Amino acid sequence: MRIPVSALVGLVLTGGFFLMAVFAPWVAPYGMAEIVGDVWEPASAEHWLGTDNIGRDLLSRIIFGGRTTIVIASLATMLSFSLGAILGFSAAVAGGWVDQAMSRLNDLIMSIPTLIFALVVLSVMPVTLPVLILVMGLLDSTRVFRLSRAVAVDINVMDFVEAARLRGEGRLWIIFREILPNALSPLVAEMGLRFIFAVLFLSTLSFLGLGVQPPASDWGGMVKENKDGIVFGIGAALWPAAAISALAISVNLVADWVLNRTSDLKGGRGG
Amino acid sequence: MGPLVILVARRIALGLLLLLAVSVLIFIGTQILPGDVAQSILGQSATPTALANLRRDLGLDDPAWLRYFRWLFGVLTGDLGQSLANGQDIATEIGHRLGNTLFLAFWAAVVAVPLAILLGLVAVRFRNRWPDKLISGVTLASISLPEFFIGYVLIFLFGVKLQLFPSVATVHDGMSLLEKLNAIALPVAVLTLVVLAHMMRMTRAAILNVMQSAYIETAELKGLSAFKVIFRHAFPNAISPIVNVVMINLAYLVVGVVVVEVIFVYPGMGQYLVDHVAKRDVPVVQATGLIFAAVYIVLNLVADVVAIVSNPRLRHPK
Repeated sequence: MRIPVSALVGLVLTGGFFLMAVFAPWVAPYGMAEIVGDVWEPASAEHWLGTDNIGRDLLSRIIFGGRTTIVIASLATMLSFSLGAILGFSAAVAGGWVDQAMSRLNDLIMSIPTLIFALVVLSVMPVTLPVLILVMGLLDSTRVFRLSRAVAVDINVMDFVEAARLRGEGRLWIIFREILPNALSPLVAEMGLRFIFAVLFLSTLSFLGLGVQPPASDWGGMVKENKDGIVFGIGAALWPAAAISALAISVNLVADWVLNRTSDLKGGRGG
Repeated sequence: MGPLVILVARRIALGLLLLLAVSVLIFIGTQILPGDVAQSILGQSATPTALANLRRDLGLDDPAWLRYFRWLFGVLTGDLGQSLANGQDIATEIGHRLGNTLFLAFWAAVVAVPLAILLGLVAVRFRNRWPDKLISGVTLASISLPEFFIGYVLIFLFGVKLQLFPSVATVHDGMSLLEKLNAIALPVAVLTLVVLAHMMRMTRAAILNVMQSAYIETAELKGLSAFKVIFRHAFPNAISPIVNVVMINLAYLVVGVVVVEVIFVYPGMGQYLVDHVAKRDVPVVQATGLIFAAVYIVLNLVADVVAIVSNPRLRHPK
């Protein structure tokens, strides 16, 4: 198996970001909320990226912030995947009016822009981490639902599913033992894209002040904290924003490659 | 013409139904929590009697469906209620800001749409060569970059370092069109970059699809230049999918405007929505949320109608 250069770069960077998130306290030179210098110090040997709006080490903040961003985005992606896939498969297997009702409800939710819907809900909900993960996961599960239903509808008419039905297996068996293993490869490719969406969405919410609340901070929140420096020519806000972009681009490179590989294997078993 | 009219009418009716359903959904979205508006006006220390009085005055004791219909009726008659935060009439405030937001989105569309189509044509002309590859690379980057990254980089470069454009987009009625355009130059640039990639890629795909037809081969064999083949023979037949993509991106533009307005402190609907979400000002959030959703749905509706009307197979059914 040859891995193209772009995918290799993506894999290395994505791995790097995840390792950084896991080992944040050991990698970061200073503590997350530790005030170590003046406001917006320029880059120096002690502070590689300078300091932030209240004198914390920017590099350390980015390392810890990456942990927050990656953990929340991963949890939201897992939620949207398990929910969207199970409901999507169920709709496809059940068929008939159940399928119709679920699909139309899904269309309805998808017809409202995600950001707008999230803002409406967050105007009454307390902005805490579980709520954020729940809102992001639920709204994004509509996309997963649509894809997994489409995939499952195709698999549902295959002979082996029919055979399972005839030997009297229940719906749960059909969903988890017949459809899920065969639908896995297109879903895995999609997972990368959903993860990117979750990262960008969380960053946007935090940037608007409606995501992760201080003193904890994710990358979007750090952009918000440091954005006032921009008009004085202080680029501190650009670093966390660049980190978001770098993470999104590297995951995209990997997802692109997985997507190409799975679509090359038309009709195959998708190994 | 008969079946076409029926198709279009059915799509429009479906759109209206969808709008109604969306208004229900937005209303439900703000009713999830048991905590209510009276509590958020008076704060945690309010006495139970004061709370009960205010609830009665605001009509919060009525069942949810009654409050929904009262709200919907208000919206349909142009009465969006009062803001909880400052008691101002929401409709007047929105009337002002909606104009600003549409002004921004309009100019972004004026720049982005022709540019995207032109670049799409260039990508087709040089497909699989470096201009095409460069364009796909930029596309990948632009779907990965958050709006605020592009926004602040542009502010940093053109607003602060080069001092070419203002970094804060303030507009008011006293400004001439040229002054306004100068003020919104950077936000327009950000919005353009955000929607450009997708439109360009879809334009490229739509034209490439047409390029496989036999009449394109004929045109090539006649010895026409590559640009002439694309412009005169391929492009007119790809217009319908392109218009569709353009409308979908315009719908996205209206939503993307939310973040861009916050970046540039632009006095539009997005800024208004975000400010009032933080203040938990439910009536404002409901009204602005509904308007954003409505614009989004209507633009998607227009995209579908255009697709129906411009499809000759539907115009002359067998």
